[in-house]
Amino acid sequence: MDRILIKNGRVIDPASSTDAVTDLMIEGGLIVRMGSGLSASDSTEINAEGMLVFPGLVDMHVHLREPGEEHKETIESGTKSAAAGGFTTIACMPNTNPVIDSPAMVEYISLKAEKEGRVRVKPIAAITKGQRGEELSPIGELVRYGAAAFSDDGNPVTSSNLMRRAMEYASMWDALIISHCEDIDLSRDGVMNEGDMSTLLGMQGIPAAAEDIMVAREIALSKYTGCRVHIAHISTKNSVEMVRHAKKQGVRVTAEATPHHFCLTDSAVDGYSSMTKVNPPLRSEGDVEEVKRGLADGTIDAIATDHAPHHRDDKLVEYSRAAFGISGLETAVPLAVTHLLRPGILTPLQLAERMSRAPAKLLKLDAGYIRENGPADITIIDPECETIVDVNKFVSKGKNSPFNGMRLWGRVLYTIVGGRIF
Amino acid sequence: MRLKNLLGIRDLSNEDILQILDTAVLMKPIMETKNKRTNYLLGKILVTLFYEPSTRTRVSFELAAKYLGATTTNISTSSSSVVKGETLIDTARTLRAMGVDIVVMRHPMTAAHRLLGEHLDAVVINAGDGINEHPTQALLDMFTIREKKGAIKGLKVVIAGDILHSRVARSNIWGLTRLGAKVVLAGPSTLIPRGIEKMGVEVFNDIRKAAADADVVMGLRIQKERQKGGLFPSLREYSMLFGIDRDVLEVAKEDVLIMHPGPTNRGVEMPSEIIDSDNSAIEEQVTNGVAVRMAILYMLTREGVS
Repeated sequence: MDRILIKNGRVIDPASSTDAVTDLMIEGGLIVRMGSGLSASDSTEINAEGMLVFPGLVDMHVHLREPGEEHKETIESGTKSAAAGGFTTIACMPNTNPVIDSPAMVEYISLKAEKEGRVRVKPIAAITKGQRGEELSPIGELVRYGAAAFSDDGNPVTSSNLMRRAMEYASMWDALIISHCEDIDLSRDGVMNEGDMSTLLGMQGIPAAAEDIMVAREIALSKYTGCRVHIAHISTKNSVEMVRHAKKQGVRVTAEATPHHFCLTDSAVDGYSSMTKVNPPLRSEGDVEEVKRGLADGTIDAIATDHAPHHRDDKLVEYSRAAFGISGLETAVPLAVTHLLRPGILTPLQLAERMSRAPAKLLKLDAGYIRENGPADITIIDPECETIVDVNKFVSKGKNSPFNGMRLWGRVLYTIVGGRIF
Repeated sequence: MRLKNLLGIRDLSNEDILQILDTAVLMKPIMETKNKRTNYLLGKILVTLFYEPSTRTRVSFELAAKYLGATTTNISTSSSSVVKGETLIDTARTLRAMGVDIVVMRHPMTAAHRLLGEHLDAVVINAGDGINEHPTQALLDMFTIREKKGAIKGLKVVIAGDILHSRVARSNIWGLTRLGAKVVLAGPSTLIPRGIEKMGVEVFNDIRKAAADADVVMGLRIQKERQKGGLFPSLREYSMLFGIDRDVLEVAKEDVLIMHPGPTNRGVEMPSEIIDSDNSAIEEQVTNGVAVRMAILYMLTREGVS
């Protein structure tokens, strides 16, 4: 493997709170030297002056669609998209067909990703068999086979009793339960956030309370069982406030937010573009502001994309009939730079924490830091580069993005995975 | 008119609305002539595409088109390929390939017409989309109010009932507030959508309070199945507490105009004595519906396509 020398970059390591201009030497999949004035013959040299050098980004919420819906995305196309977006590790959700709920499926995803994947892939397994919410998956065995976490994602476990048992059981391995918080009885046939905008547009709404109720339940169950619970794609003001309060009490609850939930409000739905249809829905301005506050004060631990690629046929229909979801891997960095870094909501160190170290720690991965002898997973970002989002240039098969045509700052220049440049 | 399609009142300017109402004044006498036929739309093909059952709106459009000399045909859900799973865009392509000039569609999903319009050169007219809009109904209501009251500006119009699911109410709110009427809504909290005040209306639960000095009281059809959805306890309680009854007429202006988009549930939204009273304009609404639709067809085919 080639030697890579990264010169004069602004190296950001949240693990040691380093924010300094220095050089990195990469060899054999590891960072072998870190310090100023490094030089080496026979190496690929990257001039990183003015660039941010982050530990490789980790996206803990990705839908790869394989197996079952390869027309939407595959492990190959999804990991290529991840590399293009600056992610060196992604965790994929189990809502494939078949569902990732068995050791065979975990191993299949891992092996396929090793063979065809461009970045590291960590499968998340289902909490219940077939994500049906009836019986527990073999959680203990799945942990042994490398499941990074457990989630029924889009089919939230409706039975509070079963969720309690899942948490009690999973806590034996200190496994992470990821909860898509939605009271589906309350969200019903809603297609966007319920509020002034849904009334204005004449659309069925999903009230914020549908999320809040389940966040409250997961906090109560986590407090009772001691299990680590992670709130996926948190989107409401109340939910952020509940997580903040629970953390103060020492509850082992964590949360992630998606770029679309800190960049867009439900007013983006005006015009009825199905690209804005996502679950949880784009929320009100007050919610978006609270999500940003939560990201700033650490209530929200991680930024995750909830990358949900869809085929054009799934979106080129009536809004109510369109699929929920946004293709998010390739816009995450520019959106974070534009909406969090440039306005000063997050420092580079905090951004690296949210996009790399925190998700790595939650999934117990050997990632999310930059130091000598550490893994050479590196993302180099030009924060000053301005680009216009063009979905037709997405590497992902999913071109479904509400950000198409938007002018954003921040561009991923290099994604280095295990010492290899993608 | 500057628009190609009629998707909703929200898209219309004050001038657009008045222009349609003025044109409808000219169209109404055609219905009263012996030989109800003109040539304004001769050679034009109009298709009614209804994904929801309807009699009066569809027939009203068909008659309006025929009075203007157009040829009409009808696609209804049971016979169409919708059941076979054809997408709306493919339906649009099929209609385009057949050379249709005007498509009048009713669809259970909000903004379906926008999607259809994007894939069709023909004029698209919204005959109801989900819970969003029913623009021609609101236009005929505004026409009726203007005809009876002389003007709309300054009138107090009460809309009572299931606002949450009513595209008629929403289109009327957009139009009436734009023309300067004071719009007051009345109904149980469960049937009033969140933040509707932002559309420039006042909201009351007690219809007797809402109707004080009202110039117009408009009832909306209550879908009986809403009761099962937990939105109100019973039809009996609904009509007792939220129905338009004698007491409501007592507090309203003496010459209050009673309206309803139909079909009515006699004894639920209002009793027969009120439906059939001299204050009621319910039958005339139906007549005016044809005139207003004639005006819309005329304007969109003559001046709309640019």
